[in-house]
Amino acid sequence: MKNKKNSIKEMLGSGNFMITLVSIFLGILVGAIVLKIAGYSPLESYGVMLKGIFGKPKYILYTIIYATPLIMTGLSVAFAFKTGLFNIGAEGQFIIGALVATLVGYFVKLPMGIHVVVVFVAAITAAGLWGGIAGYLKAKFGVHEVIATIMLNWIALYLNNYVIMLEGFKRPNSEASYKIWDTATIGILEKWKYTAHGRVWLKVHPILQSIFKTPVNLGIICAIILAFVVWFILNRTTLGYELRSVGSNKYAAEYGGINVKKSMIVSMSIAGALAGAAGALQVMGVSKQVSILAAMEGYGFDGIAVALIGSNGAFGCVFSGLLFGALKYGGPKIQSAMGAPSEVVSIVMGTIVFFIAMPKFIRLLVSLVKRKEVK
Amino acid sequence: MNHIKVEEKAVEMKNITKVFGNFTANEDINLTVHKGEVHALLGENGAGKTTLMNILYGLYQPTIGEIMINGKTVIMADPNIAIQNGIGMVHQHFMLVEPFTVTENIILGKETTTSFGKLDIEEAVSHVQELSEKYGLYVDPYAKIQDITVGMQQRVEILKALYRGAEILILDEPTAVLTPQEIQDLIDIIRNLTKQGKCIIIITHKLKEIKQIADYCTIIRRGKQIDTVDVSVTTEEELANKMVGREVNFIVGKEERTKGEVVLEIDNLVIKDNRGINAVDGLSLKVHAGEILGIAGIDGNGQRELIEGIIGLRKIESGKICMIQKDITGRTPKEILESKISTIPEDRQKRGLVLDFSVEENMILENYYKEPFSRKGILNKNKINYFAKELIQKFDIRPEDETLKARALSGGNQQKVIIARELTNDPELLIAAQPTRGLDVGAIEYVHKSLVEQRDKNKAVLLISLELDEVMNVADRIAVIYEGKIVGIVEAKETNENALGLMMAGGGSGNEK
Repeated sequence: MKNKKNSIKEMLGSGNFMITLVSIFLGILVGAIVLKIAGYSPLESYGVMLKGIFGKPKYILYTIIYATPLIMTGLSVAFAFKTGLFNIGAEGQFIIGALVATLVGYFVKLPMGIHVVVVFVAAITAAGLWGGIAGYLKAKFGVHEVIATIMLNWIALYLNNYVIMLEGFKRPNSEASYKIWDTATIGILEKWKYTAHGRVWLKVHPILQSIFKTPVNLGIICAIILAFVVWFILNRTTLGYELRSVGSNKYAAEYGGINVKKSMIVSMSIAGALAGAAGALQVMGVSKQVSILAAMEGYGFDGIAVALIGSNGAFGCVFSGLLFGALKYGGPKIQSAMGAPSEVVSIVMGTIVFFIAMPKFIRLLVSLVKRKEVK
Repeated sequence: MNHIKVEEKAVEMKNITKVFGNFTANEDINLTVHKGEVHALLGENGAGKTTLMNILYGLYQPTIGEIMINGKTVIMADPNIAIQNGIGMVHQHFMLVEPFTVTENIILGKETTTSFGKLDIEEAVSHVQELSEKYGLYVDPYAKIQDITVGMQQRVEILKALYRGAEILILDEPTAVLTPQEIQDLIDIIRNLTKQGKCIIIITHKLKEIKQIADYCTIIRRGKQIDTVDVSVTTEEELANKMVGREVNFIVGKEERTKGEVVLEIDNLVIKDNRGINAVDGLSLKVHAGEILGIAGIDGNGQRELIEGIIGLRKIESGKICMIQKDITGRTPKEILESKISTIPEDRQKRGLVLDFSVEENMILENYYKEPFSRKGILNKNKINYFAKELIQKFDIRPEDETLKARALSGGNQQKVIIARELTNDPELLIAAQPTRGLDVGAIEYVHKSLVEQRDKNKAVLLISLELDEVMNVADRIAVIYEGKIVGIVEAKETNENALGLMMAGGGSGNEK
């Protein structure tokens, strides 16, 4: 019988968690060195960043809003990874999710409540099918999912741009579509806060006023629910058992009577749906529209880093998504406040991923530190 | 002074102890090997043989102890130092670059070049040929590794070590993957090498081979050195008892039985291999209830394709397979499992287990979708856990921890997990493919007993093995497979090794079927 307390200690001390923590620390350290070389005080810069993330309730909310889509694209990549597939296509699946959410949010008119559900389901279904294409190509023709999903990303991007240009969808004199109807949004008290009554009420409650200045929405709750759903599917269902066994050893899975090809398609579809959910919630909660994209926005690619930092765990993705969101939101503030280059944030994030990708080095480092302690 | 020739000591390992965390892999082991000697290391799986050799080869550092090569103390900090000291190691799993040629593999890391760093392949080839003639290690220097047999690949590994000037050769389980003929060739090669003064340390748990080639044998059990014996004055039984620590029964005990109804019937089966050639070529076979039918044959005569065909992992070109009068030709693996066929697969790590899954997860690999393990798609963790614990007890799987990853188990215990799972399916037909490959005597005894028990419950057992001894000991009837056909079926007690060997080589006799 294992002592529960011991096993938690083990998890913190020796497993991936330790590597993650050390990597984050090293990432921040490298960022500090770069700042120092560039002639800025690292302490001051990180101070500004921290203040910019936690200084006001509004800031914290912005961090969460920034983190929400990253958590979900992270979940998408992590889910595929747990089942032995590398989903580079979260980017494209995100675009499809956002596009379909906007189409259904604008062209379909439904009552409050129902409309949100219909938009969401339509978007994740479309993105799921989009992801499923890569799974199908792999199962049927042996096309590697990395190649297929990279191609599908570009197809999604140009499909998005094409659809927005269509008559009746593009808002005149803009590079974007029409906005979705209010019934399709998930903002919290979005209408009320601009009413006369709302304005007066918020004035007396300054903290809430600060909070409601942001596009506060239900996205993060959906993201956390989805994280739980991912964990549950993977660990508590026969479907998850099938997908994981195909991911770890498809030969044994095949021998055990599991349909390996079907599993690949299902897995990529679920991964696609998760990234599509990110796109849909971004439209429903924040942007309300889709715009013509000159280049990839990077939500899907950041998702790869989020999944890596979260060790491909469902809840790991929630935390690493928040970390990423914080850096993305708080980081650029050093530019306006001190003139320090905000690119430092990218260096920090890149370094964290870099160190996580070399666990052996971190283990060596930890063992050196421990040896010194003993001496 | 008398004039007894004092043999030169090539390797001396003194008081070697190696501790990993709380686990002592080697405890105070002393090993001395002289020039021109073959020294066997005998022990069960996980006894610490490979650890000891990895220490000699510089892959691990001993916690305590000293290594002397040719009388001088050497600190084996890494394999490069070991190589410089004339030590070569041939691992159980070969480390060759498949698309490279034999010569390219041998010179890898020690290439001969002309000016401007251009590879001098001709020079290398002639060097390789010189070596292979000297020791009788014949290989085609221009053949690609992916195109040559396992036995040939092993020769390449040995040549690789010799090319680097090895005087001391460590062979880790060298015969595990070889056919009987290849084993004989290897023995000849070993004799050639020792004649030239090289010394050889061979890790094995095959007693017969130790008797055949080794001069001395050191027996290790649970990390401790039990004894070092002169092989010429000891018996196989004695070696086995020392290795396992108790009396080992070599003869499989089984009562006479009359066979029952036909359970599996294969008719004129044709199956292609990966290259598109008919590996199983018009094979017909019947397996009855209450019998163990052994299939003997040299590796590569269609055994693998036959098994994969029966259990639905490989496409059947033509012919018919019936299980208890039900046609199962071309069915999915799941449907075939449900027709009460269970399999102990040939490659337990590739097919039999998901190594990164826990033992309990592996226990339900074929039944995860059935009650009580799941209901409406939701797994019942408690039931799975209870089931796994029960099987661990019943089949004596060690360590007794169902949450451990299958990867962490020894080969014998991994096999027990598979046997536990397959037998719990209560199959009408059990297919056992190479069920004792790489297992030690104790585990082999256990596997054989399980097969006989299955037969005694009036179930059918199909045993496919490359080990002729195993087929002869365990099976009731023996079918010999040659070039994808059954060339003869004989009663196990009415045949002998020579007759079977002749049939296996294609010189068929016995009742043609």
